[in-house]
Amino acid sequence: MTTTVAATPAPAAPKAGRSGKPRAANLIKMLPLTPAIGLMLVFLAGPIAYCIYAAFTNMALTGNGAANVTFIGLDNFRKAFGSGAFTNAIWLTLIFTLLSAIIGQNTLGLGLSLLMRKSTKVVRNFVGTAVIGAWVLPEVVAAYLLSAFFNEEGTLNVMLHAVGLPGQDWLYAAPIIAVALANIWRGTAFSMLVYSAALSEVPKEIEESAEMDGAGGWRRLVFVTLPMISRAIMTNLMLITLQTLSVFGLIYAMTRGGPGTKSQTLPLYMYEQAFSFSQIGYGTAIALVMLAIGAVFSLIYLRGLNTEAA
Amino acid sequence: MIARDKLSKLASNLVLLAIGILFVLPLLWVLFASINRTAGLRVEFPTHPTLGNFKAVLNTDTTYRPVFNGLVLCGGSALLTMVCAVLAAYPLSRFKSRFNRPFLLTVLFCTGLPITAVMVPVYGLFVQLNLVDTLGGTIMFMATASLPFAIWLTKTFMDGVPISLEEAAWVDGASNMRALKSIVLPLMWPGIAVVLIFTFIGMWGNFFVPFMLLLSPERLPASVSIFTFFGQYGEPNYGQLAAYSLIYTMPVLLLYLLLSKKLGGAFALGGAIKG
Repeated sequence: MTTTVAATPAPAAPKAGRSGKPRAANLIKMLPLTPAIGLMLVFLAGPIAYCIYAAFTNMALTGNGAANVTFIGLDNFRKAFGSGAFTNAIWLTLIFTLLSAIIGQNTLGLGLSLLMRKSTKVVRNFVGTAVIGAWVLPEVVAAYLLSAFFNEEGTLNVMLHAVGLPGQDWLYAAPIIAVALANIWRGTAFSMLVYSAALSEVPKEIEESAEMDGAGGWRRLVFVTLPMISRAIMTNLMLITLQTLSVFGLIYAMTRGGPGTKSQTLPLYMYEQAFSFSQIGYGTAIALVMLAIGAVFSLIYLRGLNTEAA
Repeated sequence: MIARDKLSKLASNLVLLAIGILFVLPLLWVLFASINRTAGLRVEFPTHPTLGNFKAVLNTDTTYRPVFNGLVLCGGSALLTMVCAVLAAYPLSRFKSRFNRPFLLTVLFCTGLPITAVMVPVYGLFVQLNLVDTLGGTIMFMATASLPFAIWLTKTFMDGVPISLEEAAWVDGASNMRALKSIVLPLMWPGIAVVLIFTFIGMWGNFFVPFMLLLSPERLPASVSIFTFFGQYGEPNYGQLAAYSLIYTMPVLLLYLLLSKKLGGAFALGGAIKG
């Protein structure tokens, strides 16, 4: 453990010194970076390295894997991809991310920020405050509010009954939809803020001249406005996807992954395997899969930023 | 033409209002339930409003200690993050070095990693280092988890401070750290406040990290101890839960209002993220 931590910074140091100036002066200039690098090596790089190691062992908190940890190669991954519960978790994570982030938060956030440009100030402030209010609430509190909202005796059913539709216990009947809606409620503010900032930089003249040329509302939106904020859309999609992939508290507090495993996304499955069932090795293998997915999205995001900057 | 404009404005207002009401409904529940002694799960204004729920939860075990723990935990972590982020941002923003670009790319890459996934190995690390159930260890991990984003934002804000003033100070013989303290920081305090407050708000709502790394009930922050309303007692008292939720939410709400009033914080953040 400690050896990995100590070995990593070494290659970086001589690099900084090779730029022509005296090596020592250059190093001293970079000295303020050390607290940040130290913390990130011990508490971020360390765990990730540990994760890569443990994922290939049978490490456990109890039983054989607790007494003597042995290297078992790809067995954890074989076990995962062969197990119905893991595949179920992957599917639920995909559905959850697609529904709540890519479709829900993204579209609603964009819609809200577009509508806000055309609305009166009072309405704009009211809606802005409500949406941001939902965002500022701590995760667990948001989970309780929405559990109450979706409950059999909750507000949603009262509203449905009022218009003559049948109600049901949504957390029981359609848990993944309920938690996805909850995540939309909680997270839309972020997309709304990103898009509001991006739209405020679109020059009014361009849209006005398109209007003069006879482009209607929708065509103006699709061919003029959206292309101009395409970079913000890309960034926003990446960031909310990454955030949504690792949502734990909201789902855990609302359903604990249930009923059964009907809302058990990857983070909840990992938690259950590693801690409720004490299979640390298997749990870290799942964590590694999540890290890999996150890393891929993060790299795409970086590439996007890089090409834009160049 | 003008009539059509008016119509589309009306339509926008109505659609926005409808969405706004959907967002407000769950929020109304917590407000009404907190002053209702017999609160249920639906939104209804109590027939006899009362502050009894607040009185019932305002005691050391339920509210004061968890909130105090949360302040120590999140305040400590946010400060540690900020100090490290400012120190790291200074050389990254001021000096050209071959090391800067790869470092910043790594930092940006780290902001994308799901911290949830690292929690299992972090727990393992904490067991080996004997840090499980210690405030110090949890503070260091929470600070690290928000460090990449904080470094990135702080560097963006620091880039906005012109370097010419410091160059004058350097000529006068001031050291880098002196220039940072007496010239750069005073000029970028709004940026510092934005990063600090956002870091704090994120930590205050964080449930998973303290849930995994802290065990003793007397060390748990408000984000985890709220869980004790459920569990062993069966059907929870919704009125008290709502009252407690409001108390727990209050600090971040105030900080957020401060941020958006004084600094246009959310929009600044939106701009910074958009890069």
